[in-house]
Amino acid sequence: MAADPTNARPPLLSVANLRVSIASDEGLAQVLDGVSLDVAEGRIVGVVGESGCGKSTLVRAVLGILPRGARTESGSIHFAGEDLLTLDERAMTRRIRGRAIGFIPQDPYLALNPVFRVGTQLLEIMRWHGDGSEDGAGPFNRARRARHRLWLIQILKAVQLPDPEQALDRYPHQFSGGQRQRLLIAGALACRPRLVIADEPTTALDVTTQLEILKLLKRLVAEFGVSMLFVTHDVGVVAQLCDEVAVMYAGQSVEWGGTGELLARPRHPYTVSLLACHPDRADGLVGIAGQVPSALAPPTGCRFHPRCGKAMAACAGTKPETTPSGDRHTVACMLYGVPDA
Amino acid sequence: MLRFFVRRILLVVPTLAGLLLLTFLLVRVVPNDPSAALAGENATLAQIEEIRRQYGFDRPLWQQFFIYVGQVAAFDFGKSIYTNAPVAQDIKQRLPATLELTFIALALGAGLGIPLGVLAAISHNRFADYAIRVLTVGGLAVASFWFAIMLQFLFAMELDLLPLRGRLAVATDLPPLVTGFHLIDSLLAGRLDIFADTLRHLALPAFTLSIGAIATITRFTRSGVLETLQRDFVIYETAVGYPRPVLIGVYVLRNSVVAAITQIGLLFGALIGGAVVVESIFDWPGIGTYAVRGILSADFKAVLAVTLLVGIIYAMVNILVDLVHALVDPRVAEQL
Repeated sequence: MAADPTNARPPLLSVANLRVSIASDEGLAQVLDGVSLDVAEGRIVGVVGESGCGKSTLVRAVLGILPRGARTESGSIHFAGEDLLTLDERAMTRRIRGRAIGFIPQDPYLALNPVFRVGTQLLEIMRWHGDGSEDGAGPFNRARRARHRLWLIQILKAVQLPDPEQALDRYPHQFSGGQRQRLLIAGALACRPRLVIADEPTTALDVTTQLEILKLLKRLVAEFGVSMLFVTHDVGVVAQLCDEVAVMYAGQSVEWGGTGELLARPRHPYTVSLLACHPDRADGLVGIAGQVPSALAPPTGCRFHPRCGKAMAACAGTKPETTPSGDRHTVACMLYGVPDA
Repeated sequence: MLRFFVRRILLVVPTLAGLLLLTFLLVRVVPNDPSAALAGENATLAQIEEIRRQYGFDRPLWQQFFIYVGQVAAFDFGKSIYTNAPVAQDIKQRLPATLELTFIALALGAGLGIPLGVLAAISHNRFADYAIRVLTVGGLAVASFWFAIMLQFLFAMELDLLPLRGRLAVATDLPPLVTGFHLIDSLLAGRLDIFADTLRHLALPAFTLSIGAIATITRFTRSGVLETLQRDFVIYETAVGYPRPVLIGVYVLRNSVVAAITQIGLLFGALIGGAVVVESIFDWPGIGTYAVRGILSADFKAVLAVTLLVGIIYAMVNILVDLVHALVDPRVAEQL
């Protein structure tokens, strides 16, 4: 649906109509209810939405590491020509996670194992996934490990970590948050993946460090020739980094478009409100009235309608179709219904 | 790391001083007169007086204490009434037997307890977990003297697979004394037959002694692994494709064994205490049987020396545990 019509090649990652539910003691929560997005080769795609809208579930669904009780009900996740939902655990571990898809986690303070040297942890990823230039040596081959070490040091230089060689022998608590995030970025790139998924990689960092990391990511995407799925709640970050944006609300995809176009001409009332809230654009503190609904008992139809200033009677009835609206821009909202439908 | 080690050792000094004071007072508080006990049943008052002077029991208490500390420092614990040999010599002869038994029991405890704990944790709330939990409750609840007799009954008498008691078969000659540990000495001498015989004799007492340790270590490992599995780095390590066995067996386990290792230190005290019972049942020539004989014959010097010794071993094991703790988790060494 969101594929670039001018680009004949299929997108690297294509999530279509993904529905995920999580069973808990309180009932069945429909956390993702029809999420679609595409990441084309070499592009940075932002996924933006408020906390609790299902962004992290989306990331975990793509990597096949949904929490216990979660189930993918329908939809598909196509990556480099195969449906990830049909792959078994073994194939996901060996070929996808850390190998074809690199991962940068949200909180660099919690993501590294506190009792192992960072070099051990990063080389462990490479032990099982290689560095993209394998000669068939086994995971415990010493020459291969030495080569990995050299390559890792090179990447650590690329992510501008000071003293990369000594860094490998240190423990996570001996690094600052920004340095740890650089280590994790290095870990995401080490096995030469085709796609990197970054789950709010700058949220836990202070503002100046955030900016440095964003610049670094932008440079590395070009340098390593990867695509990136960048999850964030910060519209400002999207504006700086992303080529395309997918806006999510309460587990539904509501809008999709090129960053410049979408930020200049937002269609969906939720996107409009979200942009209005951003400190760079708003005069003073602005919020969206109400809260993200619970996934246990979501509103019917368009999940945004109870908070929407432009809601109509029909909005509560059926979920709006995703329709093209403007140049490479799609939206799921009754206001932009299919012409003459 | 060195600073950490030195600090741990210094912390033991007050513990040992307290132990010395306690053992010293214990003997003086006991209502029976040690001089009379030493002199024997038919001694005259003059003989008792003589012994009292000889042992310094007529001096003020504080003087007696310093004399006592001095004697302990010189490993002079006096003569045992029962064996009529210096207590220090008796202990030197018997300690390796007890240590060999307890170390094997501890190795069994860790070697079985940690894998069982991990298995229980990764099959959380499924059959293996329930089965292991039932077994560990049983292991903690069972009385070791009863269990020992049941083992003897089954394996020694009914099945005739293992020896009933003792440290070596009567026909087997002792390995040349190097460490006092038969397992090591027999290997050093290249005597595999003695090694095998030692193992056969160790099996039942060591297993009896290790039951509680297996159960405790299993439970602590299980809860440690369950707790660690909740941590964010587990999600990260899964997301970057660590194979599950490596993730659980190396990266999760090392974070989880900290609590279990602390338990091992505490368990060692319980093991030495348990050794008293187990050694008596299996007629094991260690300090446990020595202490029991000492208690039964009011041989207070023997009992005192054993008490002190157990205290010192306990303190040393706990230093060792702290050290292992610091090796497992690098942050521990930096905190102190």
